[in-house]
Amino acid sequence: MKQNRSLLPALVLLVAALLVWMPLWMLFTGAVTPTGEIRERLSGVLGASEELARWRLLPQRVTLSHAVELLLDTPAFFRVFWNSCIQVLPAVAGQVLFGAPAAWALAQFRFRGRRMLFRLYIVLMILPFQVTVASSYLVLSGVNLIDTPWAIILPSAFSAFAVFIMTKFFAGIPREMLEAARIDGAGEWAVFFRIGLPLGLPGVLSAALLGFLEGWNAVEQPVTFLKDASLTPLSVFLPATTVENAGVSFVAAVIALLPTVLAFLYGQQYLEQGIVASGIKE
Amino acid sequence: MNAQRKTPPCRRQCGAAVRSPRGGRTRRAHGEGRIALIFLAPSLVGVCGMFLLPTLDVVRRSFFSAMGNMFVGLDNYRTVLQNESLRLAAANTARFILVCIPLLLMLSLGAALLLYRIGRLQNLFRTTYLLPLVVPVTSVVMIIQTVFQKNGLLSALCVFFGGTRTDWLNSEYAFLVMVACYLWKYFGYNVILWLAGLAAIPESYYEAARMDGASETQSFFAITLPLLKETLFITLVLALINSFKVFREAYLVAGRYPNNSIYMLQHVLSNWFSNLDMQKISAASVLLMAVILTAVFLTQLVLERKKEDV
Repeated sequence: MKQNRSLLPALVLLVAALLVWMPLWMLFTGAVTPTGEIRERLSGVLGASEELARWRLLPQRVTLSHAVELLLDTPAFFRVFWNSCIQVLPAVAGQVLFGAPAAWALAQFRFRGRRMLFRLYIVLMILPFQVTVASSYLVLSGVNLIDTPWAIILPSAFSAFAVFIMTKFFAGIPREMLEAARIDGAGEWAVFFRIGLPLGLPGVLSAALLGFLEGWNAVEQPVTFLKDASLTPLSVFLPATTVENAGVSFVAAVIALLPTVLAFLYGQQYLEQGIVASGIKE
Repeated sequence: MNAQRKTPPCRRQCGAAVRSPRGGRTRRAHGEGRIALIFLAPSLVGVCGMFLLPTLDVVRRSFFSAMGNMFVGLDNYRTVLQNESLRLAAANTARFILVCIPLLLMLSLGAALLLYRIGRLQNLFRTTYLLPLVVPVTSVVMIIQTVFQKNGLLSALCVFFGGTRTDWLNSEYAFLVMVACYLWKYFGYNVILWLAGLAAIPESYYEAARMDGASETQSFFAITLPLLKETLFITLVLALINSFKVFREAYLVAGRYPNNSIYMLQHVLSNWFSNLDMQKISAASVLLMAVILTAVFLTQLVLERKKEDV
């Protein structure tokens, strides 16, 4: 009886988990399936015939030829991967550099207008890209940054979401601790660097992780601000998939998710803490 | 910075520790205002330069003609509101939000409740459910095409069970594909939020309820739900923010002009934008901003008031 009661929930949860695992498994197996077998199964999907798609849990043969082809013979892929890196990493660095002190002030100093300012950051965080696109465009074209990586980096470096998350974490640091340091004669910057940052590190890491995920997935920004095809990042790189290169496309899809999935597996606790912190009431 | 270091530690101590209701507190507040400004300055300069000032400019433009020098009052707003594609898109977006967010919140709450009691495998499931959040859009698009194309795996499944093949992405079903996509991606995010909310409820409440003879269902409605309301507001806001992001999948799968059922406000705005239709997009941005902020404000008002009743 008792066993039955815990079996059913587990089953429901397992079905939900399968819905996550199966598509991802499909990507991974697709990346190592020989072209002949892909043609056999997916020609209908890839526009080569009207046959229905089929999928096996495991490919009959395994090949690394797609991976080799992508990594050795596809310089375009390296370019988009590199473009993603130079657009995302500086933006994340900016989010921490500008955002952490601001979040510290919002969380730990008491001054007039603090709540209003925090509200302002929340409002900016809520507004979707399409609402601010006109304003961002006016600025970026005003300073001639359209069609440069800076068009992606600058708006993202001042992400309100990063400030919001870090404020939530910093607010959890007891003020008494800081008062003690101040009594010992530490200046405000020393308090921030020696106490705030070390204790609030999970917050900084989780803001950085969320910022990285967001940047790696940016679609609207590159589509809007980058017309020059040589600047295309991985997030909007969709080569025309045919039967012949489907395997390579699968490998590209797998490689695109490696940085984020690895960052996630390494920093899952920070990601979860970040999600939780965003839910805590002020 | 130097000024800070010179400030005698005694003053700080008095200001914070004594917390005298009048003079001391204000003086302290003023002192902190100056240093706070220094900490905030880099971020504020960026936020003002990148977002605030240009947004004011957009508001101004929404009242002017194309050349930007003639005041036309509400003309731009009238044009925008009479626009057929904007109306369709607004209806679609509203429908999407009203279908997705309740579904997402309920499904994830259900899963969180199951997970909360399960204990042993919780970590595995949490990792699994969060995984879609970090899968890039391009990889998701690859999956969507394999599964939902006319000859794709879902059609194959339908045929296997005696149905017919359907072009899921180029019919009204596209709407459901987008809903599924949203649920798939943000399910784990919300499970984590709910789990945190559940963990914050003291076990002693449930024990007390059990002693009074309350059933599990009763304690769920009397204890769990009311206390989860604390996090409901921000959960709703985050779900709303994320609901606008399905545009990415929709755009990469179906381009600028997808099936009518998933032609969203994001499509209209980005299409107007690529035509450099500054008047329309300014007015539409201002309208959308007003709608979103009003909705958020009203939600907060309703939830806060309910909380006081409890």
